[in-house]
Amino acid sequence: MAQHLKSSSKSILLNILRHNIGFSSPSHASRHLRHNLPHGPLTTRLSPNPITRYCNTMVDTLSSIGSHEDTNSQVMDFPGGKVAFTPEIHFISESNEERVPCYRVLDDNGQQLTNSQFVPVSKEIAVKMYSDMVTLQMMDNIFYEAQRQGRLSFYATAFGEEAINIASAAALSPDDVIFPQYREPGVLLWRGFTLQEFANQCFGNKSDYGKGRQMPVHYGSNKLNYFTVSATIATQLPNAVGAAYSLKMDEKDACAVTFFGDGGSSEGDFHAALNFAAVMEAPVLFICRNNGWAISTPTSDQFRSDGVVVKGRAYGIRSIRVDGNDALAMYSAVHEAREMAIREHRPILIEALTYRVGHHSTSDDSTRYRSADEIEWWNKARNPLSRFRTWVESNGWWSDEAESDLRSKIKKEMLEAIRVAEKTEKPNLNHMFSDVYDVPPLNLREQELLVRQAIKSHPQDYPSDVPL
Amino acid sequence: MASLLSRFCRKLALPGSAHGSRMTSTTACGSETVKSLNLYSAINQALHIALETDPRSYVFGEDVGFGGVFRCTTGLAERFGKNRVFNTPLCEQGIVGFGIGLAAMGNRAVVEIQVADYIYPAFDQIVNEAAKFRYRSGNQFNCGGLTIRAPYGAVGHGGHYHSQSPEAFFCHVPGIKVVIPRSPREAKGLLLSSIRDPNPVVFFEPKWLYRQAVEEVPEHDYMIPLSQAEIIREGSDITLVGWGAQLTVMEQACLDAEKEGISCELIDLKTLLPWDKETVEASVKKTGRLLISHEAPITGGFGAEISATILERCFLKLEAPVSRVCGLDTPFPLVFEPFYMPTKNKASSSSSLSSPSKTHIF
Repeated sequence: MAQHLKSSSKSILLNILRHNIGFSSPSHASRHLRHNLPHGPLTTRLSPNPITRYCNTMVDTLSSIGSHEDTNSQVMDFPGGKVAFTPEIHFISESNEERVPCYRVLDDNGQQLTNSQFVPVSKEIAVKMYSDMVTLQMMDNIFYEAQRQGRLSFYATAFGEEAINIASAAALSPDDVIFPQYREPGVLLWRGFTLQEFANQCFGNKSDYGKGRQMPVHYGSNKLNYFTVSATIATQLPNAVGAAYSLKMDEKDACAVTFFGDGGSSEGDFHAALNFAAVMEAPVLFICRNNGWAISTPTSDQFRSDGVVVKGRAYGIRSIRVDGNDALAMYSAVHEAREMAIREHRPILIEALTYRVGHHSTSDDSTRYRSADEIEWWNKARNPLSRFRTWVESNGWWSDEAESDLRSKIKKEMLEAIRVAEKTEKPNLNHMFSDVYDVPPLNLREQELLVRQAIKSHPQDYPSDVPL
Repeated sequence: MASLLSRFCRKLALPGSAHGSRMTSTTACGSETVKSLNLYSAINQALHIALETDPRSYVFGEDVGFGGVFRCTTGLAERFGKNRVFNTPLCEQGIVGFGIGLAAMGNRAVVEIQVADYIYPAFDQIVNEAAKFRYRSGNQFNCGGLTIRAPYGAVGHGGHYHSQSPEAFFCHVPGIKVVIPRSPREAKGLLLSSIRDPNPVVFFEPKWLYRQAVEEVPEHDYMIPLSQAEIIREGSDITLVGWGAQLTVMEQACLDAEKEGISCELIDLKTLLPWDKETVEASVKKTGRLLISHEAPITGGFGAEISATILERCFLKLEAPVSRVCGLDTPFPLVFEPFYMPTKNKASSSSSLSSPSKTHIF
């Protein structure tokens, strides 16, 4: 049963926000969670001093509108519904007194918190999750190095965000369609994209599904329901809403999932998408990787709200803040969100707090705008891999031997993938002109002839590794 | 004026109709019932047919639910339901972005931008997403089912923000198509083609003609091919090229010129991207003169592209410089609209059309 955010139910709401994993509908959550949800009393703050209220230093929460029994309980109809009157002039505070709490299951050291609620994960899934996180990290390392050596033109890593990448993918079904930003290759990895396929795209060879048209890390796979990356920020958000609507209309047991960063939440497309998703009742998950940085711009220069999670309510969207470096928390949050989205035909906003350990990309040196100590601290103290590994090992599902076996296997595979990708020839020249439209129009056929003539006249102007 | 236009549109319709012989633009065959319809009704009919023939097609935009501010979507929501025909929030980037997502899942999304002057918030989605969706994915994905409809052009009193002709911006974007119909019958056939074309299409409708233009429109499902220009009036002395509502003005210039003994060949381009260079080239090689006319401002307008291309291809056959009779390089003014517009007399006075003694520079 859907919880609408009426002022009369604000007391229930506040409890839920504080005490359970954060979604406003306890009946859904409890079916999957290990523990029943505690309910506690809410203390309503009534200001006795009219002057204090006028200055608005006291009341912090949106939900306190209409809560005071001392007002006339008169109500008026406006287009859009009934609202209660108040004779007091009162501005809703720009922020809550306390920040929205962050859901986590594991502590910083990977120990399961005693009263944590989470969706259970089998050994098979847990081991695959951890292995894929290691694979992602190693893949990023080796591709990054390859770029430094001049073998790749460009690369962007997902260091620090492995739990977001893998755990969210693990909680989804293969039919859920993904609209990524560009720092979520782990979702592809989980679904079965091979290291060779990643390398092919990065080297833009003829085996690249994108046919060599885009920069490295602009992956896409229709087989794996992962829409091709475009570098424009947040443009994928409204697209995901349209796709979700399609899934709803076709009555599929699937949702759309779209990723974006803290920076992306400032784009107009973010606001357009969330508003549309709510109005269209679209089953879409908005997963924000709030990693603290948009290239060199810290979140303090990005927004003045309590992060991104509080923006969900502004659009009528159920939201949760999660520890993005906690694989179990991410898994549970995405799992629950997906169920709600599909069953209730609604969007869900998930803000995953994390840290961008790596530079923005190989074109960036982030030590120019943040301290190396800060980076190091996050890499060590809050490392998503080590935290999850501790938990997996505590179940007896992993070992040092398994770790070293895995790492040497991946290293070998990666080096081979790069070797092969580098050697593979580029796509044929005609692929410059195909797919602009379904069929090349006359002007493109003419231009191809002109280009080919130019190549004949001045072959030295053109790279020799593109087959003609 | 309205009656003049009505007569003119029926006149325009003749060359393109089933019994108009020399044109191949219609796929109508056999017995067909026709009905006298204005432009918005013809578009409405096309939308009804589109939704009827493909259950995975959708029509949405601001105010389309009650029939739309120009009545183009009348009856659709009642007939096909609010899940398929619906109002959206007031947000063009959301409308187009949402439409791209729907199209990417294999649906036909026919989105309405209320007035072309408001299309710019969606420009990023159109240029960076829709136009490149197929290419960047290596043809793993496409959003060909997307059609964006927008009323464009002068309306007599529209001012800056209800009169714009933004087609030139979109003609510069590889990966989309740009289509502009001149009349009700053309609009229905071209819109159905656009909706069914496997590429994203921007379809500009001349709002001036929504009620003013009335024509016999076949009631059945028919399509007019894209990227095929049509010679709607044959001649031998000069080629005139235009699109949309401007053709009615150009036709009048042709009539005036003919009184002076100048035989005019008038071409409706219909699709501006990709455009049918071959038809225009063949015509200019025959006539030796070219005049292009559009409402949009002259600098950087699509007329410049046509002019440059024809110069490249027909230079030795040209007897005079290519003329462009266009809107001025100002924001579209209200009180000054009559001075801004490319009128028939400005066309008649242009160097290509007039005899040397009457030449003006427009």
